[in-house]
Parts: sequence; C-alpha cells; structure tokens
Amino acid sequence: MALGLYMAFSIGANDVANAMGTSVGSRALTLRQAILVAAVLEFLGAFLVGGHVTKTIRGGILDPTIVASAPDVVVYGMLAALTAAGSWLLVASRLGWPVSTTHSIVGAIAGFGTVALGVEAVQWAKLGRIVASWGISPLLSGTLAFLIFTLIRRTILDRPNPVAQLRRWGPAYVFAVVATIGLVTLFKGLKNLNLDYSFTEALVRTALLAFLAAGIGAFFLRRVHVDPEAEADFHFATVERMFGVLQILSASAVAFAHGSNDVANAIGPVAAILSVARTGVVEVGSPVPLGLLLVGGVGIVIGLATLGYRVMATIGEKITELTPTRGYAAEFAAAITIVLASRLGIPVSTTHVLVGAVLGVGLARGIGALDYRVVGTILLSWVVTIPVGAGLAIFFFYFYKGLLTSLGGA
Amino acid sequence: MSILDLFAKSPFKPMQEHMHAVLECVRQMTPLLEAACSDDADGIRQAERAIDDLESKADHLKNDLRAHLPRRLLLPVDRRDLLEILDLQDTIADRAQDVAGLLVQRPMPVPETMRRPLLELGRAVERTCERAGEVIDTLDELVEIGFRGREADRVEHMIDELGSLESETDRLGSELVRELFQLEETLSPVSVMLWYQMIDWIGNLADSAEKVGNRIRLLIAR
Repeated sequence: MALGLYMAFSIGANDVANAMGTSVGSRALTLRQAILVAAVLEFLGAFLVGGHVTKTIRGGILDPTIVASAPDVVVYGMLAALTAAGSWLLVASRLGWPVSTTHSIVGAIAGFGTVALGVEAVQWAKLGRIVASWGISPLLSGTLAFLIFTLIRRTILDRPNPVAQLRRWGPAYVFAVVATIGLVTLFKGLKNLNLDYSFTEALVRTALLAFLAAGIGAFFLRRVHVDPEAEADFHFATVERMFGVLQILSASAVAFAHGSNDVANAIGPVAAILSVARTGVVEVGSPVPLGLLLVGGVGIVIGLATLGYRVMATIGEKITELTPTRGYAAEFAAAITIVLASRLGIPVSTTHVLVGAVLGVGLARGIGALDYRVVGTILLSWVVTIPVGAGLAIFFFYFYKGLLTSLGGA
Repeated sequence: MSILDLFAKSPFKPMQEHMHAVLECVRQMTPLLEAACSDDADGIRQAERAIDDLESKADHLKNDLRAHLPRRLLLPVDRRDLLEILDLQDTIADRAQDVAGLLVQRPMPVPETMRRPLLELGRAVERTCERAGEVIDTLDELVEIGFRGREADRVEHMIDELGSLESETDRLGSELVRELFQLEETLSPVSVMLWYQMIDWIGNLADSAEKVGNRIRLLIAR
C-alpha cells in the first residue's frame, strides 16, 4: 500500500508536470491555477475512470488461471513490480534518461510473470495489444491534433476578423471538448460508481453538461478585450489571449485523462495484492474497490502539490513556443486519445501521446521549431525501459520472496 | 522523459532581430552619404564606426541563429530557405560596410552635380530595406497562420511593393551613373572607376532587400 502510494506520489510529482506545463508555458494559467486545476481533475479522472486500466494492470497481463494456482507469487511479484518501476523511475529521472511509468510497470509485471510463473503465464496477445497501442496512441493524437489545428486555422485565424469569429465559434470549441470527454466517460464508463448509463442517457447528460460549459465559455470569451497596442505588434494577440480561456478547458481535459490512465500504474499492482489477500485469487471481472482509486487519486494530488509544483514551473518557463491555439489543439487531441485508451483499459504513456500531438501541430506548420530527436528518445524508452523494468522486477521478486518466506519461517 | 525535449528555439524571432540589426546599419547610410557630400571626414568616420559595430552585432546574431538550426528540427518552412534569407539579410549589412569602408580608406570628394542624386539614391535604398524589414516582421504572424491564407496574401502584396521600391533605386542609380558619365573627363580615371563601383554597391543593398522578399514569397508558396 505504501509502495502504491509512493508510485502515485511520483506520478503526481513528475508526469503531471508534462501534462500541465504546456498550459503554464502559454500563460493560459498561472502556476497556482494550474496546480489547482490539475489536482481537482487528476483526482476526478483517477477516481471516476481510473478503474478500467487498473483492472488491466491488476489481472489483464498475466493469465488468471495460472495466477490462481500461485497467489503468493502474485503478492511478491506485484510488490516487486512496484519496487522495480519506482526505483527505476527514481534513478532514470535523476539521470535524465527517457522513462515512462507505464512502460516500466507493464515491463515489470511481464518480467516477473515470465520468470516466476513461466512464459505461458503472460497473456502475450493482450500484452501485444498494449505494446501496439504505444505506437498507435501517439500517431492517433498527432493526427487528431493536425486536424483540430487545421480546423482552428480555417474557422478562426484565417478570417477577416478572427476575434469576432472566435466569439462566435469559441463556445463550439468548448462544447467539443466537454462532449467528447464526457461521452467517453459516461457511456458505460462509470460502472464502479453504480452509474451504468445507456447510450441515450449518457448522450443527454453529456449534452447538458457541454451546453452549460459552452455557455460559461461564451461568457468568459466576451470578457476578453482587444488590446490595440499588443495587436499592433502581433495581429493575433487578442485571439491568442481568448484561446487561453479555451486552453484552461483543454488542460483540464488532459489532467482528467492523465489521472484516468496513470493512476493504474500505482494502484493496479496494489489492487492485485489486496485481491489475493481478501479472496485468495486475483479477481478479473469485479470492479476495482473505490477506496483504492481514492488513495491513488490522493497520492497523485499530494505528489503534485509538494514536488510537482517545481517541475511544472521549470517546464512552463521553457515551453513558450506553444501558444494557446496550439496548446488547445495538442491538449484536446491528447486528452481524447488518452481517455479513449483509459476506457478501453489500455495503459498508454501520457507524455508520448502529448509529444505525438505537439508534433501533429508542428506538421501542420504551426510551431516555430520542434526537435525530432525526441522521437528517437521515445523509441529508446521502449527499448530500454521495458527490459530494465522486467529485469529489476525479477530481481526484486526473488528478494521479496526470500525475505518474506524467511520471515514466515521464523 | 520530459516534454521539454520536444521544444527547440524558434528561429523566427532571432531572424527578425538580425534584420533589425541590419536595418540599423542601413540607417547609417544617410548620415554617411551626407557627410561625404559635405566633405565632413569626421562624420564619415563616425558613420563608418557605427556601421562596423552594427555589422558585427548582426554577424553575432547570425552565427548564433545558425548554431541553433540543426538539420533534425521540424520547422514550418524549409530550413534552407531560412538560411538563404539570413545570408541575404547579412549581405545588406556587409555591403553597407563596404561602402563606408571605401569612403574612409579613399576619401572621394563628391562632385557638386552628383550630390543630390546620390542622397536620393541613399534614401530610396533605405526605404527599400525598411520595407524588406517590414516583410520580415510579419514572420511571426505567418507562423501563427501557417504561411498561407489572408495573412500570406497581405505579405505577398507587401513584397510586390518592395519590388517597385527596388525598381525606383535602379532608376535613381542609372540617373547617378549618367551624371558620373558627364563628369568622366574632369575626374581621375581611378576615381571614375571607384564611383561606378560605389554606385553599384549602394544599389546592391536594395537588390538584396528585394531578394529577401522574393525568398519569403517562396516560403509562402511552398
């Protein structure tokens, strides 16, 4: 439990900064506001939608029938997986190496499973799907970002009066974010809260929520006034400031999405351990206990409030090229992709999805300069993190096994 | 890994800064030529020193920008076009330095009849370069909109105007050459040769400014 909390803490401290830094950089949010928005929405994402991916981490990677025959192995193994991922993250991020929490934990679980239970214990087809999604998800978010940014250009920027155009269409851009994220979440997504909405029910509720949000958005868009001085220097100054309002929303969506996917990295293994402790087997079908999601969400928020603060400030200071129009396009695309993955129970790397989205905007000729080297870094992180996570997990597996059996023997 | 690794320094602001330094050089042309016309050796020296300083400032900016443009960057425009524009901007400052250098190294009294057309040419060249600077100043707007659409049309229009300003400098240059031709008998042959070269060099400033505009047109047309 403590290990799971620690993982959640480190996710909050490091990963959230990647998600929110883009908004701080574009001055859409102050640091304080970003922390607040991130805290609330990370928590909601983790609590409401975090169960799906958690189930995958808990019981989706290893074959439940083989696991059922050796519940004690699962306890040591999951402990080992958490320790391995946590320590590798600690070391690698200190050294500035490319790591992803998601990759570490998935690699770690597959690693101890193979060694402790045999090659056939790992559900390779499912694992293959997860690994494939690591390639597909950045491509998807990139494509979406390209399209969203092109749409912004066509409907707002490349118009005789972009400000008036944005006052008119801005609420639609608000509506789109709330509607897509809301629908994915509400439609059969909240079973663990005993809210099993049918498609129509989900649609109606989402539409109401989205209309409400659009109304609020329209109100705030109207309150942004044209600054003639800034406008003289840069024709799009006002439009960008107005888009800052929309970016608050897209940033919130990213925070929500991040919470919904990454909380599983911390509490998925814990869920497996608790499940063994309670019932003697790893449950596959039953929902993740709400209390556990709560703990994961709280852990992320604590990490965010204590250490994430500083990381976010550094990142925000250095990312100034991503103006609110670009930020909105990239964040919206990333949020859709991640929430979709969360609903399908697929653990993806939030950072990689975000990188894909920003590159998508870049390919639409939207950003001053992006460094392609990062693509190599991503590939490297796949090649390095998975085996290292697996190797460390195997090491810690035998460590815990030895430790706990000798304690039990004495 | 951090999302920070993704972002590189945008070259467009530094491009504008470089052009601003180049324009500062060009703005010294009028004081320089006025000093030459009134045989004010101190004035010439002063302008030449100012141009030297500004040119090395521009050089510094140029080298810095080049160092930040490795091949692996994803830019909204072709990297080679940007480097080409940077070189053209740099040529303007270099030529201004050549003109000032020649006037310092070999004092050349300006014949009475050449003074008015020479100053006119200088001012026309300055106007042309200023317009090229205005085109470069739209780069951030062009990035915002992705080098197409209305903003691109507006810039195309500015480049058309830049073209006609450059033609005006050509006309003034020929006028000056005609004056010089009238005076060929009264000046030393070396002076005549150097004056032809001087007029040519001053015209070069406007030629490069026009080329900057035409390269921007390529960025838009891509």
